Amino acid sequence: MKTRKYAHKILIPGACVLVQLLFVPESYSSRVKEFDRSGQLVVTEKTAAELQPTYNIKNRQSEKIFPVPRPPFSEGIFPCSQCHAGMKPNPQRRVLKDYHEDIVLHHAEGQRWCTDCHNLLNRDKLRLVSGELIDFEESYRLCGQCHGDKFRDWKVGIHGKRTGYWNGDKQYLLCVHCHNPHDPKFKPIKPLPPPQRPGAARH
Amino acid sequence: MSDTKKCDHHVLHKSRRKVLKGLAAGIGLIVLPGREASASVWESFFQKHFRELSRDELKDVIKRLERDYSKQYAKQVTVKTTPPIEGVRYGYGLDLSRCIGCRRCVYACVGENNQSRDPQIHWIRVMQLDKEKGVDLSHAEHYYNPVEVPEKGHFYMPVQCQQCEKPPCTKVCPVQATWKENDGIVVVDYNWCIGCRYCMAACPYGARHFNWGKPKLPSNEMNPNTHYLGNRPRPKGVVEKCTFCIQRTREQPGRYPACAEICPVGARKFGNLLDPGSEMRYLIENKRVFIFKEDLNTQPKFYYFYAT
Repeated sequence: MKTRKYAHKILIPGACVLVQLLFVPESYSSRVKEFDRSGQLVVTEKTAAELQPTYNIKNRQSEKIFPVPRPPFSEGIFPCSQCHAGMKPNPQRRVLKDYHEDIVLHHAEGQRWCTDCHNLLNRDKLRLVSGELIDFEESYRLCGQCHGDKFRDWKVGIHGKRTGYWNGDKQYLLCVHCHNPHDPKFKPIKPLPPPQRPGAARH
Repeated sequence: MSDTKKCDHHVLHKSRRKVLKGLAAGIGLIVLPGREASASVWESFFQKHFRELSRDELKDVIKRLERDYSKQYAKQVTVKTTPPIEGVRYGYGLDLSRCIGCRRCVYACVGENNQSRDPQIHWIRVMQLDKEKGVDLSHAEHYYNPVEVPEKGHFYMPVQCQQCEKPPCTKVCPVQATWKENDGIVVVDYNWCIGCRYCMAACPYGARHFNWGKPKLPSNEMNPNTHYLGNRPRPKGVVEKCTFCIQRTREQPGRYPACAEICPVGARKFGNLLDPGSEMRYLIENKRVFIFKEDLNTQPKFYYFYAT
């Protein structure tokens, strides 16, 4: 009887602590305390970018993986780390002079810079706003962050070209197979010849 | 007097003999030399309507056609008779907000479906229209040829067979050489067509084309994967039309039509209208869709839409 009487005295504060643990956001300090496998407390310094609040990736519905061909890299350019590995990352907005001068950013260039999409520390990865790093093969998720309506249509095969079998396996293309990510507007092309006018062939 | 009479009679007599001789020689010419070739002509002349052929007769017909085509084009040609797939009704979607009028589809179709190169036959016609005027055919131009497309102020509307649910073309055929299959594809039996071109007059989309001359089709460009009701080589004097690439789409798994496969902007969509998960159903349910010349109640299964 006695234990029953006092049970709520333990349960209610316990529940409160639990709720607090679940809902109170982490503080935005650059020092992160974690326990490693052996139970030792490890304090690591993290950059502000790495500490950006993220939605819980575990609870996120996992995206279907779409079969796509290899991204259309310029020849010899990938992996980016083959050059970038030894370089000091420079996140400054600037005019590129030594390399990548051919890239003209014409894609909301006022609001955007290389490292908004390319990850600063690991150049072989792209970076979502959430901080999640993704492969170039998954770049549709990066584009889909802003172009959600197009992404939705692309997934069901309405936006963009899809080949393969109408009642079987389908081959998707990445956004970047048709749109240059740095200058995405579709470029005009030469049309194939018009049909012959009737009678033009008869002489 | 009697002399001349005699003479006349003589001339007449001689000519009748000549006529008889000529006739005999003529028949001999057809029957005797090149027995195999003439047998082919004979058999195709007496071939029944495609839908009345028994299984064995059909086998013979296909064997004959494959033999003739293989010989003519110096390569192994297959002629399929794949029937419609149960539970499938084909639909086609074309995104007018994407099409740039590059005509890649026109020539992919010609290559896939063995159209005559000369006289030229195109199953797809791409119209250039004014953005200001909208879908107004009095301002349509299909001979446009600028350096680059799309041109400012214009949009493009490719037109091909709309595979109508109520096709006016099949109604007017005096010999029922054209009909709608169970999967919705309107087909032509080139061996039954008499070339009256009534169907061309009845079609409001200009989607049927007549072989005015003997089709010229270079062997190296000939697609040997053919269907009896689709892209097999046509003789002179018959009507032909788009079949949604029946030789591809009726397979399991079936490839997309050649025009959809080539489109560089991904404006062309294809799928099963009876499958709620198909891209066709998605676009009909979610996009702004129109059918061409709706007022004629032909009920096309070709849906123009605007994805944006």
